[in-house]
Amino acid sequence: MGHGDGRAHFYVMDYFAQQFINGISLGAIYGLIAIGYTMVYGIIGMINFAHGEIYMIGAFIALMVVVAFGIGEGGLVIVALLSALLVSMALTSLYGWVLERVAYRPLRGSQRLAALISAIGMSIALQNYVQLTQGARVKTLPPIIQGGFEFQFGDTDFIVRLSTLQIMIVLVTIALMAVFALLIARTALGRAQRACQQDQSMAALLGVNVDRTISLTFVMGAALASVAGLMVTLYYGVIDFFVGFIAGIKAFTAAVLGGIGSIPGAMLGGLLIGFTEAMWSGYFSIEYKDVATFSILVIVLIFLPTGILGTPEVEKV
Amino acid sequence: MTPLLKVSGVRTFYGAIEALRGVDIEVAEGEIVTLIGSNGAGKSTLLMTICGNPQARAGEIRFADRDITRFRTWDIVRLGIAQTPEGRRIFPRMTVLENLQMGAVANPDADFDDGVRRAFELFPVLGQRRNQSGGTLSGGEQQMLAIARALISRPKLLLLDEPSLGLAPRLARQIFAVLREINQSSGTTIFLVEQNAYHALRLCHRGYVLANGMVTLEGTGGELLENPAVQAAYLGGTGQ
Repeated sequence: MGHGDGRAHFYVMDYFAQQFINGISLGAIYGLIAIGYTMVYGIIGMINFAHGEIYMIGAFIALMVVVAFGIGEGGLVIVALLSALLVSMALTSLYGWVLERVAYRPLRGSQRLAALISAIGMSIALQNYVQLTQGARVKTLPPIIQGGFEFQFGDTDFIVRLSTLQIMIVLVTIALMAVFALLIARTALGRAQRACQQDQSMAALLGVNVDRTISLTFVMGAALASVAGLMVTLYYGVIDFFVGFIAGIKAFTAAVLGGIGSIPGAMLGGLLIGFTEAMWSGYFSIEYKDVATFSILVIVLIFLPTGILGTPEVEKV
Repeated sequence: MTPLLKVSGVRTFYGAIEALRGVDIEVAEGEIVTLIGSNGAGKSTLLMTICGNPQARAGEIRFADRDITRFRTWDIVRLGIAQTPEGRRIFPRMTVLENLQMGAVANPDADFDDGVRRAFELFPVLGQRRNQSGGTLSGGEQQMLAIARALISRPKLLLLDEPSLGLAPRLARQIFAVLREINQSSGTTIFLVEQNAYHALRLCHRGYVLANGMVTLEGTGGELLENPAVQAAYLGGTGQ
């Protein structure tokens, strides 16, 4: 590194702090997407492999709204972002709802493989739909949330940056997860969802409209994914029709790592995957960050298939 | 008067297997009716078919003068039918109170706090365990919770699948006493499936015997208790 001993120490700390901050922001986004996987799995026992595409569509809708507002006009930024958030949540939820109606509900009760193949089919169909309507080229968005804080430890020339956007991502994620956790724990809808997760036919016997509960689960997962889509668009500034694939598999890895079916697990898994990716990019090679993530998926599936917070699956009779 | 529940010519299939082969049963308002039969006779299938899961392939099920044969399960139970199915089916990762809250889904008009108070009066042990998760209860406590959960919605018709199964004799007698009390105090109609034929027939007003998916005998509880065929097949050794 070419620094003296003391300076090298600070450099190591600074660098770690920077990757830590990046890891948290990234992990928050993965966590939001992972919740959609884990909830749907919890309630119908199926991996919704088109969830990454739902997230990608959320990102596209958010981008369109932001662009429609015209960018760079000081006070309008907040309005533009709020509109993007709400419009994207609403429309993406609609996509989630239609997806369940068209691709999964007709197959409910048939074998798991049928629904899985339908999911993969929907994933490809949605990718191509966006590619055809929006073009295959990367869409860019200039940074519209700027500023932040800079820290310097000791007399190194390394500056740790914590951007306003990163703070926003973490705060929005915490707020959403708090609301969401409350909804699951305290409301009638949350109880109905947990009941369907534990024993679907008993829930129906008690008067729970199982079809509607499953629909709403897809809607909620899609809404959270759309928020993640908006934040990623702002964070990286580029999206294309293919972003849902990699992000989707990473969020799926996060859900499996945390324990599929467990919502706190999805949040924890998201953070761990975000960290892994940031640290790997920081200390090893950025080209292989995806390899690191997917190695975790393989290792977890082999040695800890129920994940960190998951419960062993009881075969339902 | 038309019966509260009228099952006519109902046939139910699991794949190619015909589990119910044309069943006719009537339950009048305020009655306790019991259905006895050996393992695999189709008793649980009949209760589940009444609730639309699985749906009858042929025949008709009428409840309170409505044809419910093709209704979805949640729409059927919202008309005022509650069932405690085979195996209790308590939500294991929900508290006792949350399980009771699930029982209120079918009838949002029922007074929930009052229902919980009554449930804890009938089964005081549930009151002590109200914040404990369902999976940690003993078998007897789960059975009590299953019955309490079904009663929260103040159903017109209560369907019970072997409420005494696996319980100590004293606990089983307590459950039967509670059922009689529910029937007498609030007029709840009860349709009860039991292997414990002796207790069930003593409790009920009328009974049916189901064998191989068909009703083979019917009569008052007393008549069936005296019937030699019933004694031989279902009361062997228990006809104290």
